[in-house]
Amino acid sequence: MSGEHLVEMQGIEKHFGSVVALNGVDLLVEKGQVLCLLGDNGAGKSTLIKTLSGVHQPTKGRLVVEGEPAAFASPRDALDAGIATVYQDLAMIPLMSITRNFFMGREPTRGVWPFRQFDFKEADRVARDEMARIGIDVRDPNQAVGTLSGGERQCVAIARAVYFGAKVLILDEPTSALGVRQTSMVLKYIDMVRKKGLGVIFITHNVRHAFAVGDKFTVLNRGRTLGSFMRGEASMDELQNLMAGGRELEDLNADLGGTV
Amino acid sequence: MAVVAEKPADERVKQSSFVTRLMRRPELGALSGLVLIVLFFLVFASGTMFTLSGVITFMRPAAQLGILAIGAALLMIGGEFDLSVGSMVAFAGLVFGASLTVLDLPLVAAIPLTFAFAAAFGALNGFIVLKTGLPSFIVTLAFLFIFRGLTLVGLKWATGGATQLRGVREAVADSPIAGLFSGEALQGLFRWLASLGLIDTFKSGTPKVTGIPVDILWFVVLALVATWILTKTQTGNWIFASGGDANAARNSGVPVQRVKTTLFVVTACCAALVAILTVMDTGSTDARRGFQKEFEAIIAAVIGGCLLTGGYGSVIGAAIGAVIFGMVLIGLGYTTIDQDWYLVFLGGMLLMAVLFNNIIRKRVTGER
Repeated sequence: MSGEHLVEMQGIEKHFGSVVALNGVDLLVEKGQVLCLLGDNGAGKSTLIKTLSGVHQPTKGRLVVEGEPAAFASPRDALDAGIATVYQDLAMIPLMSITRNFFMGREPTRGVWPFRQFDFKEADRVARDEMARIGIDVRDPNQAVGTLSGGERQCVAIARAVYFGAKVLILDEPTSALGVRQTSMVLKYIDMVRKKGLGVIFITHNVRHAFAVGDKFTVLNRGRTLGSFMRGEASMDELQNLMAGGRELEDLNADLGGTV
Repeated sequence: MAVVAEKPADERVKQSSFVTRLMRRPELGALSGLVLIVLFFLVFASGTMFTLSGVITFMRPAAQLGILAIGAALLMIGGEFDLSVGSMVAFAGLVFGASLTVLDLPLVAAIPLTFAFAAAFGALNGFIVLKTGLPSFIVTLAFLFIFRGLTLVGLKWATGGATQLRGVREAVADSPIAGLFSGEALQGLFRWLASLGLIDTFKSGTPKVTGIPVDILWFVVLALVATWILTKTQTGNWIFASGGDANAARNSGVPVQRVKTTLFVVTACCAALVAILTVMDTGSTDARRGFQKEFEAIIAAVIGGCLLTGGYGSVIGAAIGAVIFGMVLIGLGYTTIDQDWYLVFLGGMLLMAVLFNNIIRKRVTGER
């Protein structure tokens, strides 16, 4: 179910003045693959996402999208290349309806100017259908997003990105603020997105959530990738230890009397 | 695994009934306020208040405030304030009056010039707010004083020392477009209704109300157009989005800066329209025009269901808010109640509206 390279980062570095936020990151996402990007706080996850989504430009390194070298000057560029980011704060507006949120910035219209209208009929239909596809029963697509649960909101945000033609989804800690059932709803949906052939970069610091859906795990620590493992190549505990900065390695080193 | 098939009906969520859907409307507060006020005056005011001429009497100040409130509501929904609209009425009045009487421009040139001035200063307001990231509250508060001061200085320059500028009516007397901005409209209709005996007439047969003052027509048309734009178009969605969460809107590709700047321009142009209508009506302009109207416009918008935090509200609500204002301002004169209770009412109404809006917002977002 995988094979085609969607996004590849090679030796990406990002410096902010004298601060080195990313110091050599390599990662690869293929079609129909969920890549879990694991890292503790301060590992450089946010900087990495922002570099991938066009907010920051890398200081060094190569970014390859579908076999072609790419450089994004803005988030718009990344979006046009099919890389959609679902931020933690969701880019959803609680006071606005599901339909209004779903099509925000990309409203379907009908009629001729000056009588051009937001095509609510079509938009409501699409919103309801897309929600049903995820398994969220939206009685009224005009209800405010604020009435949805955290998991549902996260799913709406993902569904929106998928509907508008994303090839690679970057999900920034989509489960970190959710309860158990909400989390499983989001994880199920991530699995569905993978089956559609999209590439998913799932950022999390929760190894358990990562293990539930991940095909591949890349561990980030102190701005560099410590390694990538296919499913089954590393255990949960091993990943957890790597995330924590390879303390086990240090311990081992100390036992051997080394001076690291 | 087919997730689609899984559709658990959540027993904790009641079906949204007609009533709860009604409760979600931002206009609900204003509408129930209007009903209460009408009931109040039906009981306490003399019967002449709700005759046709009585209605037109209170609709005129309501319309002038309402035009400002429409701009204020759109801007508030877009997430910004404009405290300078009252002063802008005076300033635009000066530009309008001076271009007619001092520069001797024809009306067809004076009106676009007035709107151009207002639009430019509205854009300046917006530019400063968006470039500096300062709250619009403080930036437009500065312009409240700047415009008022400029009006005083300008009036003295234009009149040679006075703070009132006269002679507008004489200057526009023979202009073909004067009828668009002054006098009454639909006079033929009213004569016809009178001939059918549907409205009150004097003994001579001329109707007691000869037509609808144009400001009321402007108010109604603007309220309808603004409502259509806000609720039915892409631009409307961008206004809600910009006010709801500017950052999220930007991330989704909404041109937030352009939307907000346009709203500042629209608000200023509403003030200019009120200036033109009132100056044409009285034939003069003075330094106190539009005094404190910025607050009344914002209060009307809040009564109409606009949240101070932006992203939610209704133009129709704001228009109803303005009608409530006009009704109380004029209506107290039909009762035995002292007129000065007006201000007490104003404050009380605002307080009630804000409390009510809070409840509505919680309902809409399902906050508990």
